[in-house]
Amino acid sequence: MNKVLTRVLIIGIAIAFPLAMHALDQQFYTSFATRILIYAMAAASLNLVLGYGGMVSFGHAAFFGAGAYLVGILAAEGITSLWIAWPMAVAVAALAALVIGAISLRTRGVYFIMITLAFAQMIYYIFVSLKAYGGDDGLSLASRSTGLGVSLANDFVWYYLVLVLLMIVLYLLHRLLRSRFGRVIEAIRENETRATAIGYPVYRYKLLCFVISGAIAGLAGALIANQTSYVGPALLHWVQSGTLMVMVILGGVGRFWGGPVGAGVLLALEELFSGSPLLGPYSLHWQLPVGVILLAVVLFAPQGISGAFSKKPQ
Amino acid sequence: MSGILLLEQSLNGLQFGLMLFLLAAGLTLVFGIMDMINLAHGSLYMIGAYFMASFVQATGSFWLALPLALAATALVGAALEITLLRKLYERDHLTQVLATFAIILIANELVRIIWGSQSLMLNAPAGLTGPVTLPGGVQYASYRLAIIGVGAAVAVALYLLVTRTKVGMLVRAGASNREMAIAMGVNIRRLFTIVFALGAALCALAGAMLGPILAVQVGMGENILILAFVVIVIGGIGSIRGAFVGALLVGLVDTMGRALLPIGFAQVFSPQAASNLGPSLSSILIYVLMAAVLFFRPQGLFPARG
Amino acid sequence: MRTMWAAVAFLFAFHAQAANELKIGFLSTLSGPAGSIGVEIRDGFNLAVKMAGGKLGGMPTEVIFADDTLNPETGKQLAERLLKRDRVNLMTGIVFSNVMLAVWPTIQQSKVFYIAPNATPTRISGEGCNPYFLSASWPNEGYHEAAGHYAKSKGYKNAYLIAPNYPAGKDATSGFKRGYGGAIAAEVYTKLNQLDYSAELAQIRAAKPAALYAFLPGGMGINFIKQFVAAGLSAEVPLVVPGFVSDQDIVRAVGEPMLGIFDTAHWAYDLDNDANRKFVAAFEKEFNRIPSVFAEQGYTTALVIDAAVRSVKGKIEDEKAFHKAVMASPARFKSPRGDWKFAHNGTPVQDYYLRVVAKDNKGRIVNKKIGTVMNAHVDFWAKECKMK
Repeated sequence: MNKVLTRVLIIGIAIAFPLAMHALDQQFYTSFATRILIYAMAAASLNLVLGYGGMVSFGHAAFFGAGAYLVGILAAEGITSLWIAWPMAVAVAALAALVIGAISLRTRGVYFIMITLAFAQMIYYIFVSLKAYGGDDGLSLASRSTGLGVSLANDFVWYYLVLVLLMIVLYLLHRLLRSRFGRVIEAIRENETRATAIGYPVYRYKLLCFVISGAIAGLAGALIANQTSYVGPALLHWVQSGTLMVMVILGGVGRFWGGPVGAGVLLALEELFSGSPLLGPYSLHWQLPVGVILLAVVLFAPQGISGAFSKKPQ
Repeated sequence: MSGILLLEQSLNGLQFGLMLFLLAAGLTLVFGIMDMINLAHGSLYMIGAYFMASFVQATGSFWLALPLALAATALVGAALEITLLRKLYERDHLTQVLATFAIILIANELVRIIWGSQSLMLNAPAGLTGPVTLPGGVQYASYRLAIIGVGAAVAVALYLLVTRTKVGMLVRAGASNREMAIAMGVNIRRLFTIVFALGAALCALAGAMLGPILAVQVGMGENILILAFVVIVIGGIGSIRGAFVGALLVGLVDTMGRALLPIGFAQVFSPQAASNLGPSLSSILIYVLMAAVLFFRPQGLFPARG
Repeated sequence: MRTMWAAVAFLFAFHAQAANELKIGFLSTLSGPAGSIGVEIRDGFNLAVKMAGGKLGGMPTEVIFADDTLNPETGKQLAERLLKRDRVNLMTGIVFSNVMLAVWPTIQQSKVFYIAPNATPTRISGEGCNPYFLSASWPNEGYHEAAGHYAKSKGYKNAYLIAPNYPAGKDATSGFKRGYGGAIAAEVYTKLNQLDYSAELAQIRAAKPAALYAFLPGGMGINFIKQFVAAGLSAEVPLVVPGFVSDQDIVRAVGEPMLGIFDTAHWAYDLDNDANRKFVAAFEKEFNRIPSVFAEQGYTTALVIDAAVRSVKGKIEDEKAFHKAVMASPARFKSPRGDWKFAHNGTPVQDYYLRVVAKDNKGRIVNKKIGTVMNAHVDFWAKECKMK
């Protein structure tokens, strides 16, 4: 009963938020909230592979950024319809995940971490060298994706579209994790040797998990490209991978809401400390309190924030 | 492709490689012995450079400031280890990533608060600001030669330390089998602190020596940190020898790639295209190298663990 | 349903900014190696605001500073915040062209005027010209075209060009080549914010050019010149630079090795007019250092805003009138750079001088004016601008 109530409450707040912001004449925060929703999707996708799959991938930015860049490149070439661009972003990200995963999953432990990092950096440098599509300076999109009949430049409409997509993704993830696939993945994470002994094709399950995670990250990337109407190499950089990992760990690794909670908290902290009236406009030292809070979470709340609030044992 | 150009670029690669080695050595020891991923290693490099700039300004002498900066950074490193990092050894890699990532943020801000957001001035010592003529008539920056000299000397010293001294033996024991070392009665806590402080001092040396060539700025550690990780993966986690070979390899590939590829491309493409592809390709090469090592020889070129 | 939303939006549209205060968004590069440039511009700007009693155009002025750290993504986010959350009336401050180009669509859509105190990319001054973009500094190619003329006058057989790989770097080589017209030994583009030039210097040495033209502003220039001297190349290859690479922020870092370097700029320390003497004296008194071209740019930008806001009596919302007022502003005040005006594409029409790094009578290292290279020069790309 509690669970249902919480969920209704969350969805209710999410739906009411832009209306409230409009009423308070703070439309800027609607755009900010949309950014949180997009990163929530990206973090949730990483949580799938990191938390549930037990695969510590340090190259997730590659899929996120690849999805974003695909939308950017297509826009530069004149293709702005989301019916073409967004599925392609997902497909390209999934393909990249397939290739990278196929090779990386042959390794283990810290080597897996480093090899995913290596591949992500390779993709980063490839995109940086594409001067036709911005290179180091990035690429501006003339407008948000078209094809829905209503202009997505309207931040209000855009928010709701992203919210709907996020809810669909989270619902699908929920079903996936409850299914046989989800149970096998968790079994593999708990004890890979046992899972192999039982007869599961472990490698294939892990690879599928990796690809699904990459695909969702690609969709999130397509959305972020639209959000800022800009794609830059920073989206592909290892620091971006690190940030996504921080979000997941902060929110709670392997906990369903870990991704969204972590994204929300990190971005909110960033906004609070960097631009709030409390600390003066454009306070440059926002990273200090954020760093301290992160450290505190590590030392005192090892299950992340959603773990600290949940009664379910890990 | 003139011989002079090749010689000069080789020296540049050597110089970069040796500095990378200083960073990688500390990182590989920490990773190898304490099994800890320390993302904040780059922050120690940055702190070392900042200390150096301040001490040079205070004392007026480069060579006097250098040992001071090393000592100060080693102290900071030891303090960090005792207060915070010690709690992370038992935790999983993921937690270590988060915690040390947080330390990077905190360190960057503290440096910004203490020293300001502008980059600091750090000049080469008087007497090393000009060129020196090498045999063959080639001119090369004397300071860069000094860096090569210092780097090589430290490499030799480290090698002697690790192979000939008792501390070094303990370090090697801890790197190859920590549990056994503890079982044999090694005071592992003190060893860890010493290793960490040593790593910090090496970072500071790299930061202080590279300061006059690069810029002493907030965030300078992040750029070089990733390369240090590449080096230790290629060389073998926990192995100083691996770090040395890996660093030289990466340094030379990076420099030669950056230098020679654009020239090669310029023959075929426009200057702008050559300038775009060249640096990217050489960076990609390094990561391809790392991926290949991880795939075929995941323990690295000189694995420390048996 | 649509009409309901429209009505709601209409109602809230009346939350317009009360027009009795001027809020200026100053988005600039204030930290890192290139931060010295943003700081100079900011100081020049603040000086003018201070000298106007904290009121530009007669209105109490609040300047909100934001640091883009030379990151186009960060710049874009900060611009969004300044425009949508803080609702600034005017924007200014951007140092680097890549940030400018990334931020420009956001500014354009918000219909807020941007007065450039530095970066003026050809992409926005030429075909992409727009009434919301005005520059109080120079068109990007200005200094470089002047330097090209100078190199031509010196009769250098060929020139080796080096610039960072970003829009202003391309503008630099393009402008220089047009002014110089001679043989180009090589055209090398380095990574923006690159600090170690050992590879490039080795190539320069091997190429043995007759002259080297380097556009490497801020920390890039500091490192390049130091390494250039350290490698012994300063004795072998004559160096020509645009004023960005040899002004105070770099002189302070490099010092004596810079003496004798020739450069071109739109302003010099010892320009002989009252406004300049007043500016230099006030700047030195306030900040205890010699101003650079960047400081003059910031100062003049503030004066342009002051004159324009004054002449529309604070009604910036009347966009056509404000645009006209800005275009007419240079005639309304005396700028340290002398007489200048706006071309129809919103970039300055002004003189460019040849300067040399030398010591003044107090023994301080400054950029002295030697002569004039281009008179009342109009941006080459202005002809592509179809605005009236």
